[in-house]
Amino acid sequence: MPSRILKKRSLIPGQTSELTLEAPHIAAKAKPGNFVILRVCEGGERIPLTIADTDKEAGTITIVYLVLGKTTAHLETLKEGEEILDLCGPLGKDTDIHKLSGPVICVGGGTGIAAMHHIAKGHHMAGNHVIAIIGARTKDLLLFEDELKRFCPEVLVSTDDGSYGHKGLVTEILEARLKADPTIGEVVAVGPVPMMAAVARTTKPFGVHTTVSLNSIMVDGIGMCGACRVSVGGKTKFACVDGPEFDGQLVDFKELSSRLSAFKVMEQISYEEFKKSHVCKCSCR
Amino acid sequence: MSANAPADNKKVKTPRTPMPEQPAAERVKNFQEVTLGYTPEMAAIEASRCIQCKKPLCRKGCPVEIDIPGFIKQIVAGDLHEAYRVLRETNSLPAVCGRVCPQETQCEGSCILGKKGEPVAIGRLERFVADTYMASDACEQLTGDHACSLEREGLKVACIGAGPSSLTVAGYLSAQGIKVHVYEALHELGGVLVYGIPEFRLPKAIVRKEIDAMRAQGVEFHTNWVGGKTITVQDLLDQGFNAVFIGVGAGLPKFLRVPGENLIGVFSANEYLTRVNLGRAYNFPEHDTPAYTGKNVAVFGAGNVAMDAARTAKRLGAERVMIVYRRTEKEMPARLEELHHAKDEGIELMCLNAPVELVGDEKGWLKSLTVQKMMLGEPDESGRCSPIACDGEFCEIPCDMAIIAVGTGSNPLIGQSTPGLELNKWGYIVINEETGETSIPNVFAGGDIVTGAATVISAMGAGRRAAKEIARRLIG
Repeated sequence: MPSRILKKRSLIPGQTSELTLEAPHIAAKAKPGNFVILRVCEGGERIPLTIADTDKEAGTITIVYLVLGKTTAHLETLKEGEEILDLCGPLGKDTDIHKLSGPVICVGGGTGIAAMHHIAKGHHMAGNHVIAIIGARTKDLLLFEDELKRFCPEVLVSTDDGSYGHKGLVTEILEARLKADPTIGEVVAVGPVPMMAAVARTTKPFGVHTTVSLNSIMVDGIGMCGACRVSVGGKTKFACVDGPEFDGQLVDFKELSSRLSAFKVMEQISYEEFKKSHVCKCSCR
Repeated sequence: MSANAPADNKKVKTPRTPMPEQPAAERVKNFQEVTLGYTPEMAAIEASRCIQCKKPLCRKGCPVEIDIPGFIKQIVAGDLHEAYRVLRETNSLPAVCGRVCPQETQCEGSCILGKKGEPVAIGRLERFVADTYMASDACEQLTGDHACSLEREGLKVACIGAGPSSLTVAGYLSAQGIKVHVYEALHELGGVLVYGIPEFRLPKAIVRKEIDAMRAQGVEFHTNWVGGKTITVQDLLDQGFNAVFIGVGAGLPKFLRVPGENLIGVFSANEYLTRVNLGRAYNFPEHDTPAYTGKNVAVFGAGNVAMDAARTAKRLGAERVMIVYRRTEKEMPARLEELHHAKDEGIELMCLNAPVELVGDEKGWLKSLTVQKMMLGEPDESGRCSPIACDGEFCEIPCDMAIIAVGTGSNPLIGQSTPGLELNKWGYIVINEETGETSIPNVFAGGDIVTGAATVISAMGAGRRAAKEIARRLIG
């Protein structure tokens, strides 16, 4: 069914936005870790996006996207009050959230911070002490710091260029934190594949359970097509129904990253065509 | 002379009327329907071949027990309206069944004329009648009447999934005046009829018309509602539905469990066909969903889905498409007609070959396939000769795309979200064979989620059985 955009907030101008969507039937069921599949318009592609937040009373869900290709670029052109043609969810298994004896560290990178936010909030609601570690290339690309501060006693930041917080990688902060506190109960990481792989490498010597949320290519999102298959512990799993969250120590990140590149060339063709037609419309004054 | 013996031997000798079709060289360049349908003259000639057996074996061979001699008789009499009515009595999707049913093993396989010569082309006649009526008003098609207000006060039934089994339940119950709501996970209605079966075998417009007819009859359809996620069986019972029918189909595609299966270029048939059919990837980049086709394509499996995938790859520009199969052509489970169409279109059959490894390049893209030669042994429990590997006989074939069409397993979404629903060891729903009812009272199931991957018509048969039982309970 179509879903109306109630609120649009630009997080990084022209690149990342947050949409609050009217979807009472999805909001009623959505839990941290779930995602939706949406199709912007007739002829559009089905793409998965993680649910960044829900408001059951208001009947809304929040999604955050990074403009990467045609579908997200098209999404970015939509305004408040306009509709997304198809919104389907909530999909995927809920995050396994239970009371831990020690703090949980939630690591987020880039747009993944938005998805991580929902999981961190879930841990907070379950009574866990949540430490957030977020990273971006530069200060202006950092998301959800204020939102996380509302319930995370500690929000630790790193930027590649040192424009804000620690200069370097999130894994450096993570490692220091793991060394300093042996009671850490779990680590959750959501972000680009190399970041999640690095987080899993960092936590391994500490033996802390590490959950990663995988962003594999999906078509239906309901376990029918197998496009999202990932190797976990040597077995083929479907990210849409067996995940999207898995034990970071068991995921074959190299294969995941290779599979994510499958349609790169075609995605580029589609995006270029869109940009041409879109730019034309805007410049014909 | 038995009751089923032909009354007139001349009729037996009349040859079966061939089906006009697009020439192979033309059709491999487009996605339009391959077979073109009978003209009224052809239908009349073919219908007259039916000898109107007193005890029609064809009807017993049909999972939904269409009164086959009954509708054929009306074609001969020139009353197509009545022929359509007879078809509709037991079949909610005749235009679909006339195209995709495995008639050679069902109605036509049982036709007495087939003993000495060629059986009556029952499927083609069914299609002819249904297509003729497609042109008329949807509501009238179903009710014979423009007024569609059939609702019985207070009775409502929910169907999860909008494939052939659920559509049959919806068609049957709404014709009895029961309000039916159908919840579909995808954005289009029809299930496998739209995401799985290609346009060239079953045009989507045909499926849409059948669905429109049900809508005109009062069925309400809800797309993007995932059974077990957006809505659960318990939610529906809580909302006051008198019965729930689960027709979610078979889910998870099976893989071969050979090395290299997750290389780029290796697809499940479901992914490939969904991209092309549901996402209209043949029209990329006008439509956004991409699907590429390699030069040398290997398809594993030899059922209808494998034929569909192979013929789709050919149409998308593959130079060489091979069906790689462990047994021989004789054991292939695909419909004969589809196998013939595939061969005519230049699909190669590589029989007695089993894939043992998919080999990739340094970037993770598929570049070749290693197969092992097989031979046939004794028949196994399926009744077919079992394939046995020939020691040490391997062969490497260049191949940059592979499609795996070896079946599906059960989808876990409904099972996981429905406490108390009995599943068998493979995750399929256990039902009472007589009624279609599951372990939860007034919750029914049918189709591939009960039997594992089967045919459209068997799913419809299961839907019909459940619908009859639901109607009996609700209206007596």
